[in-house]
Amino acid sequence: MLSEFLQFLFSGVTLGATYALVALGFAIIFNASHVINFAQGEFVMIGGMATVALLGAGAPMPLAMLAAILLAATAGLLLEKFAVEPARGASVVTLIIITIGASIALRGVAQLVWGKQFHALPSFSGDVPLQVLGATLLPQSLWVLGVSAAVVVALFGFFNRTLLGKAILAASYNRDAAQLVGINVKFVLFLSFGLSGALGAVAGILVAPITFTHFEIGIMLGLKGFAAAILGGLGNGLGAVVGGLIVGIAEAMGAGYISSEYKDAIAFVLILLVLFVRPSGLFGRRGTERV
Amino acid sequence: MSLLRVDGLCKEFGGVHAIADLGFAIHPGTIHSIIGPNGAGKTTLFNLITGVYTPSAGRIWFDGVDVTGRRPSDLAARGMSRTFQNLQVFFNMTALENVMVGAHLHLDRGFLAALLGLPRIRRADAALGDEAARLMRFVGLDDFIGASADAMPYGALKRLEIARALAARPKMLLLDEPAAGLNPTESREIDNVIHKVAEQGVTVVLVEHDMRMVMEISDHVLVLDYGRKLTEGRPAEVREDPEVIAAYLGGQG
Amino acid sequence: MRFLLRPKTGGLAILAAVIALLPLVLDNAFHFEIAITIGFNAIVCVGLNLLIGYAGQISLGHAAFVGLGAYGAGVLTASHGWDPLAAVGAASIGTGLLAFVVARPILRLQGHYLAMATLGLGIIIAIVLNIEDQITGGPDGMLVPPFSAFGWEPSDERQWYWLVGGFLWISVWLALNLIGSPVGRALRAVHGSEVAAEVVGVDTTHYKVLIFTVSAVLASLVGSLSAFYGMFITPNIASFFNSIEFVVMVVLGGMASTFGAVVGAAILTLLPQALTVLEDYEHLIFGLILMGVMIFMPRGLLPTLAGLRWRRRR
Repeated sequence: MLSEFLQFLFSGVTLGATYALVALGFAIIFNASHVINFAQGEFVMIGGMATVALLGAGAPMPLAMLAAILLAATAGLLLEKFAVEPARGASVVTLIIITIGASIALRGVAQLVWGKQFHALPSFSGDVPLQVLGATLLPQSLWVLGVSAAVVVALFGFFNRTLLGKAILAASYNRDAAQLVGINVKFVLFLSFGLSGALGAVAGILVAPITFTHFEIGIMLGLKGFAAAILGGLGNGLGAVVGGLIVGIAEAMGAGYISSEYKDAIAFVLILLVLFVRPSGLFGRRGTERV
Repeated sequence: MSLLRVDGLCKEFGGVHAIADLGFAIHPGTIHSIIGPNGAGKTTLFNLITGVYTPSAGRIWFDGVDVTGRRPSDLAARGMSRTFQNLQVFFNMTALENVMVGAHLHLDRGFLAALLGLPRIRRADAALGDEAARLMRFVGLDDFIGASADAMPYGALKRLEIARALAARPKMLLLDEPAAGLNPTESREIDNVIHKVAEQGVTVVLVEHDMRMVMEISDHVLVLDYGRKLTEGRPAEVREDPEVIAAYLGGQG
Repeated sequence: MRFLLRPKTGGLAILAAVIALLPLVLDNAFHFEIAITIGFNAIVCVGLNLLIGYAGQISLGHAAFVGLGAYGAGVLTASHGWDPLAAVGAASIGTGLLAFVVARPILRLQGHYLAMATLGLGIIIAIVLNIEDQITGGPDGMLVPPFSAFGWEPSDERQWYWLVGGFLWISVWLALNLIGSPVGRALRAVHGSEVAAEVVGVDTTHYKVLIFTVSAVLASLVGSLSAFYGMFITPNIASFFNSIEFVVMVVLGGMASTFGAVVGAAILTLLPQALTVLEDYEHLIFGLILMGVMIFMPRGLLPTLAGLRWRRRR
């Protein structure tokens, strides 16, 4: 009983940490630009696929990872520069379609360069499972949790302690006011896409040894990350992390106790139920319309 | 009998009392002004009366019926109409269509008839177009009858909102700062419009900062301060009230 | 001939002419098949445009309603021996009821939250169609018997073409009637300012629910008919990608333009056909075209072109 529950919990938290990273990517871009970036999942895909490809080309693991993260960050920067920036002031739907177009194009490139096969990335430190109260825990899960936690702490430090981080936050609260006090809002936007790209890649590299990777792996990861970001309340960093964990744990528990076939539906059932009760997510500001 | 009665009305926003234990009545056929310093809760009061906000406590009666917590569309059907301090114009339509939406409640709204484009729907719409144009001329928008709403200047949009509200044929018209942002000439024209509306028997409730306007056209003035009633009465009485003078000058009585 | 200059009657006349004359240049079954697909997509988009373009409410899950229509009709005829027409009716009523029930809580949401909820709903329905293979045949799909109505059975592509063409023309006519009516104005008012619409007596919830349901029923009807036409359906019909494609068609053609929705559907149905010659580069180019059009013509094709013409005339 307990061991079974623990088993589901481990896999849920591992999944949840990944979703949290993806959700954070959504939140950072949303805060800076009020754009929902439907290509977020493709950053995740790029992280995993590029690492696999570079390893295959003979690069050492740390170098391959670093290069993959930089590649995804670059993709983010390019997306901002050549697609989001020129479309400033377009409607929400138009921006959604632009990022969806970008996601299709990125998948197209990935399929051209890396093919349509599934790829496996070796675990960072072996595949010998640890036994915890009768449940097994993969060493890679510990990597996922540890790195995710470190990234979250680093991000919160960045946004609350550094001048640049505070500038990004300021720009997200009030663009015009930030511009007035001398913050280069354009640069902040540019940077936030790069940062989101890097975050997505980190998530992609961490899960690749567990889930395998594929040029279409980003679609579901991206959508579930979006669900997690909305669950926590769009633009709320802590909400994104909590939302990610809730979605991950709900998915693992649902798959374990209810139906493994409906695993992929659980995140969306959950988000619908939450939105019906709280239309701005769990931690979203409940806006009162000013008229 | 009063057209509108408010009793023990409260509205809290996260612990802040925007409106606290407010009670007053408005008699039909009068021009009633609500004044007070910035942040006194005037617009919040409007939003509560018209159902945009739900009160935390208290009751609102309109035309003899308890309407507390009713939706704005329901209140509109009972004869309440309003304009907004921050413009709420349908910028995706022409000026004339904006006014025509105002008459929504007085039209055949049947879905099937609309879908089939029945002649009676088209005839009613043509008649409505004439009526809307008449209302636009009534508020002085003669030059904008063929205009698209997003091509109109600010002053004209404020009048467009009045024309739209009048198209609903209200018993009570609430105007939230109709003269804000207007030059003195435009503001006198608004005076005129309000007078003409009142003459037709519509009760007018006004939130306004322009004291000249308030004192000239109101039958009755209600003064709010920090969400409470400071005083109310005829313009001349209110003007002399030491508490009102203190509130406006920020002194300590 | 003056009526041709009015956007509504003129547009309807042009559409009728295009539908009537197109068979002259379609010279094989494959061409007809593409034209029919364009028609199906266009009908869904005319309905979806009422929701997105006019009422300003996004839906990223409309393919699910197409899927429900397809499987509703398919399962009722293939497994339960229903008459095709009755099955189409039952599927659209069922889909309409579902849309009506979920519309109220979903359409309370705004902006990205609404996008999430409709997306979630669509994905859940697509997953159910995939998993419940006892009923739907699962990912392998299911066979659907041929269509017949009052003893008539469309026997070839040409007959299907006239059926779908007629259906499209009627949908456009109905949509234009609706838009020009008090109901249509109320929908646009909801888009312009919900609070202002409310205070003049427009029950915004009622209109949002109404138009969401109507667009879902239209999608369901298309789903049912296309199932009979193709005689084979897979859960892919309800996929997230298809939902997105419908939205793209609407936005590409031009939001709040019924003819724009038809043009958008035509272009986006033809584009992948044209791009197949690029083989491996197909998706890349498709994505880039999508981005380019939206960046340079954020208001969509038809309104942008109309704006250009207007400017030149001045």
